[in-house]
Amino acid sequence: MNHAVHPASEADIRAAPPADHGQTHPIGVYLKVWAYLFVLSTLSYLVDFFQVQGVARWVLIITFMLLKAGLILAIFMHMAWERMALVYAILVPPLALGTLVFLMWIEADYTFWTRIIFLGGAG
Amino acid sequence: MEQGQVAAEAEPGGVPAALRGFATDWSADQETFRHVHWGKAMIWIFLLSDTFIFSSFLVSYMTMRASVTQPWPNPSEVFALSFGGQPIPLILIAIMTFVLISSSGTMAMAVNFGYRRNRKVTAGLMLATALLGATFVGMQAFEWSKLIHEGVRPWGNPWGAAQFGACFFMITGFHGLHVSGGVIILLVVALKVWRGHYERSGDYSAVEIAGLYWHFVDLVWVFIFAFFYLW
Repeated sequence: MNHAVHPASEADIRAAPPADHGQTHPIGVYLKVWAYLFVLSTLSYLVDFFQVQGVARWVLIITFMLLKAGLILAIFMHMAWERMALVYAILVPPLALGTLVFLMWIEADYTFWTRIIFLGGAG
Repeated sequence: MEQGQVAAEAEPGGVPAALRGFATDWSADQETFRHVHWGKAMIWIFLLSDTFIFSSFLVSYMTMRASVTQPWPNPSEVFALSFGGQPIPLILIAIMTFVLISSSGTMAMAVNFGYRRNRKVTAGLMLATALLGATFVGMQAFEWSKLIHEGVRPWGNPWGAAQFGACFFMITGFHGLHVSGGVIILLVVALKVWRGHYERSGDYSAVEIAGLYWHFVDLVWVFIFAFFYLW
């Protein structure tokens, strides 16, 4: 444990400034993020409007989606300024969802080919 | 508090020190989320569980869509609206997206003005957020009735894979329910702000907690928009 980085004594805890009590950042930060989100949403809408297809479509959709989600999480939800103990408690568990996606992808593929080969494409 | 000061408190000495702080917070004989308002820790844990619920819906949608042999209805055409005989693809969904993002913007500023102890502006911005949220739900109701009128049901639709309706109603319905609940929460908290409840207690965290919930609803929409409407 590194006591120099995080004072552990009672007095030090009480003396330390409440980091997350009062998230006051300049209003300009929020307006800027708002503008970014508008631009990113417009871009992802244009992907559909101009009927971009194939790999380019998926790459663009996912990229814009992740950028938007990142901006909302980091700035609007103040994740960028939270303590690591909280950030990891929130962001690490959802990584397990990757396993679920992977398993269900295999399952869906199996169901698809079962329907094609044995059910004559029904279902 | 200055921005740099907050960042320094969150990450003193960059990533290695931040990781050490993370390990210390979790292993030390003390409360784990130090300096974090209890309500904020609780809403985050609630949002984490909500993440898993929405993810389950989206993963089941992926499973259905990847396993159907009939063609999936084209969302670009299904959700098109005609203006003067000219169909514009996905236009209603795009407008709904902008409305929800705007509501997130007003909410973020409401939280900010709350911590600045600006009662009137905070309540006003929260009211604006609630109005934008209600607009979103109204547009969703319009979308639902339009699709039901066109014959979309949870068990079938005129255009292709029967699973389309089940996914659509379940995912957007659950999200719409969240937005509706959020509008009610926002109005309750805005009223308390207006009456000076948090002014007296000296703790404006309730505004930030309501805000976290609201931003989460917007966050979920980002994923629904990408995976259900654009894919």
